[in-house]
Amino acid sequence: MQTYDNIIIGGGHNGLICATYLAQKGQSVLLLEATDGLGGLATTREFYPGFRAPVAHSLSHFSETVVEQLNLLKHGYTPSSEVLDTIGLNLNGEHVVVSGEHISGVNKADQQTYADYLVLLKRFAKMLKPFWLKTMPRIGDNSFPDLMTFGQLGLKLRLLGKKDMGEFMRVATLPARDLMDENFDNDILKAVLSWDGLIGSKMAPRSPNATVLNMLYRMSGKHHGAHSLPEGGIQNLISALHNAALDAGVTVKTGALVKRIVIKGSSSGLAATGVELADGTLISSARVVSSADPKQTFLNLVGANNLEIGFTNRINRLRCDGYVAKLHLALDGAPKFTGLKNPNGRMIIAPKLDAIEFAFDDAKYGEYSKSPVMEIIIPSMVDNLLAPKGQQVLSAHVMYVPHKLKGGWTDEARQNLYQRLIDTLESYAPGIRQQIIHGEILTPADLEQTYHLTGGHWHHAELSMDQMLMMRPTYEAAQYSTPIPGLYLCGAGSHPGGGLMGGPGHNAAKEIIGAKKEL
Amino acid sequence: MNSMPDVTDPFAGERLKESPFHPRQAALNLRDAWSSWNGYKFADYYYDEEYEYFCIRNSCATYDICPMQKYILSGPDAEAMLNRMVTRDITKLKENRVTYVCWCTDEGRLIDDGTIFKLGADRFLLTCGSPSLAWLRKSAFGFNQLHITDMSDDIAALSLQGPTSCEVLKKMGLQGIENLKPFCISHFPFAGSEDTPLMVSRTGFTGDLGYELWISPDLALEFWDALYRAGENYGIQPYGESATNMARLEAGFIMPGMEFNEALKTIHFQYDQTPFELSLDWLVDFKKPHFNGRNALLKERDQGAEYTLVKLDIEGNKPAEESFLYADEDCSKEIGYVTSAMWSPVVKANIALAMVKTSALKSTIWAEIYYSKELRHHSKVAKCTLQKKPFWAPERARATPPAAF
Repeated sequence: MQTYDNIIIGGGHNGLICATYLAQKGQSVLLLEATDGLGGLATTREFYPGFRAPVAHSLSHFSETVVEQLNLLKHGYTPSSEVLDTIGLNLNGEHVVVSGEHISGVNKADQQTYADYLVLLKRFAKMLKPFWLKTMPRIGDNSFPDLMTFGQLGLKLRLLGKKDMGEFMRVATLPARDLMDENFDNDILKAVLSWDGLIGSKMAPRSPNATVLNMLYRMSGKHHGAHSLPEGGIQNLISALHNAALDAGVTVKTGALVKRIVIKGSSSGLAATGVELADGTLISSARVVSSADPKQTFLNLVGANNLEIGFTNRINRLRCDGYVAKLHLALDGAPKFTGLKNPNGRMIIAPKLDAIEFAFDDAKYGEYSKSPVMEIIIPSMVDNLLAPKGQQVLSAHVMYVPHKLKGGWTDEARQNLYQRLIDTLESYAPGIRQQIIHGEILTPADLEQTYHLTGGHWHHAELSMDQMLMMRPTYEAAQYSTPIPGLYLCGAGSHPGGGLMGGPGHNAAKEIIGAKKEL
Repeated sequence: MNSMPDVTDPFAGERLKESPFHPRQAALNLRDAWSSWNGYKFADYYYDEEYEYFCIRNSCATYDICPMQKYILSGPDAEAMLNRMVTRDITKLKENRVTYVCWCTDEGRLIDDGTIFKLGADRFLLTCGSPSLAWLRKSAFGFNQLHITDMSDDIAALSLQGPTSCEVLKKMGLQGIENLKPFCISHFPFAGSEDTPLMVSRTGFTGDLGYELWISPDLALEFWDALYRAGENYGIQPYGESATNMARLEAGFIMPGMEFNEALKTIHFQYDQTPFELSLDWLVDFKKPHFNGRNALLKERDQGAEYTLVKLDIEGNKPAEESFLYADEDCSKEIGYVTSAMWSPVVKANIALAMVKTSALKSTIWAEIYYSKELRHHSKVAKCTLQKKPFWAPERARATPPAAF
């Protein structure tokens, strides 16, 4: 039987990144992906003959450190120097456009405030940035590196100066609504600027928690939070990661569903010694590194019988219900949004903060929103391989669509939701209904099924204060190692979290390499 | 048995429940000395605690264990679930056998101790002192082929302890009871019928010859009467909490609220205990690859427990209740505290259980004892001697068959 140094479960970007770092250190690495494509939620798949799209449709905070260290440019990554405008759609065509540091469609006061607002948020984002790529300190452990991390965070905070430090402490867990009302007048602008702090989470503008921290997390990218698409789309990034992995010597197997992590017990305790695939194949390894979500990893692949009781129950209590659905439309041409010359930006349908809030209210009681809010891009305008010539793909993230719908996700429920989305789109882009060749809706329940993702949650586990930093996914597993020797985590359920970022994969690899040195 | 709560009673629901044996016990509780245990009205003593204690040691006596918590765990996953929860390896437990176990938090702190009865391949009875359903449910998460039933109110149980206990059961018609070995279980038809089984386990909390008797609550009084008829000439007497506490201390058994503070009820950091501190090392089986708290306990085993529960034989005859312990006669270096103490009539020694700093165990231990004599308070410093074996472990507790009377 073949033995590897590492088996990586899951071929999402974090799995690929972790695998590549480990292989670059000369370790043998087998990466197992359950589906037929690499990239996880960023896999570009054909949803209708000739029309393709990934679930994750743009980049905002992919780690530049990872790009550099893994030499992704050499492996074909072509990041865009241009950012996508974020366009707050207005039914009457008077849109609010956020274009880097400039905004249009709002009054002078909002424009001026925006400049100051951005300067402050960028300072905060810059301060936090190093910590996304650091292993968080262990709670109750006073080891030197842990104290250093705490010390650095304290120092960085202090270096903001007394006033800004106070301001940071004040706004970090503020509801988005408070931050927006305090700064801006324009309803659409407020909704648009809150969007990135909310999407993917079970949080709305009035929810106090980690909204602002999430915004700052997403601002850690090259363009300070502005979204972009590489030339060739998301597939370009995934291909580059794949190439880097192959180049480093990673063995990649797709269509290889892991049924369980093999845990061997002896008088010296338990240890992860490999995996068993769905077809019964056993593969052994010195380490198993899972980029699957924490519930999937611990409850399904490891099993409660191999874990401690308190720990198991904490994992079980993780909040992992996804609230974002994905809409894919195959269009016979570019949609015409009222008042918009070219739909080549990131368009947001959320006319005001209450529109988001009310959409959330429906979902938190198990219904999908009567008036859904959404983020739309036409990725085929950047990557012409996504649709046949002259035709287009519309890709939209829809909030809030509950993973557990009251009454279940019946065909009727899906059809009703789909119609509701098309009605909404039709009101902003009249005529779009007639342009549709085919449409599909992926509810969080579908994402769960297709991508083996508990709750269909984008970030594997809610990015909220109680599940962040040294609490992510929970203490005793927040430093990538787990209570089981030989088992590590490297997915979005670990610090710093989700989105196409790469932090968990990078940090986990560093921990594994570091731990090996100590032996 | 309990009738429906009186709706005109403003304290309905607050009142103590009555055990199925209550009518008989109430008649014998000459002192009306009641306290409570798990919501049941429960006797501290019936007539005189020392008298009841001497019945345990010299004839036989019954203790109402109806308020004890009893859970049936059944199904294909029952053994695996329990084996992960407790520190002992119960895969070694045979059918119709009982074993003493303890279980810990993830951090290796003692939650409770109790006994597991293996009633069938997939069927176990867990008994313990405090309600534990919440922890059992947490422990059961991930074990899907498992059913947990709280039987606390649905099984009536009496503990019959003392040298004549076997004889009384023989007189009651339990054929072959004398062949039942310690920690074994046997079933007998009660009142001549197979439909009304009586389960007998040779277990107890006194360190003496004794049995625990398990029966359906609706047969409780009939059973009591039969037992007391059989025991009439063998000195049978009910005993309460006070006599239990004396007997168990002589046997060296630990008591929640005395030797240990249940971990799930402990607020202050590490004011609970580990099995190592409680000298329950023998219950922790590291040959078992996994059980709750294993990592933490392994660490403690290797580093050594800060405190160790020890048995002390103390000079003089003044019980060292609540005494501090010192490394010197001047009482300047404190090294521990007494958890339970008494003058043991059967051993004729001044005995105690005490928590002592492990590092101080090699030196001489001194107890500062406070006592009062006709309202005047006195103190003395007494030398303590460590005792390895239980203070009281008579041959008859293990003898099979036990001596006839």
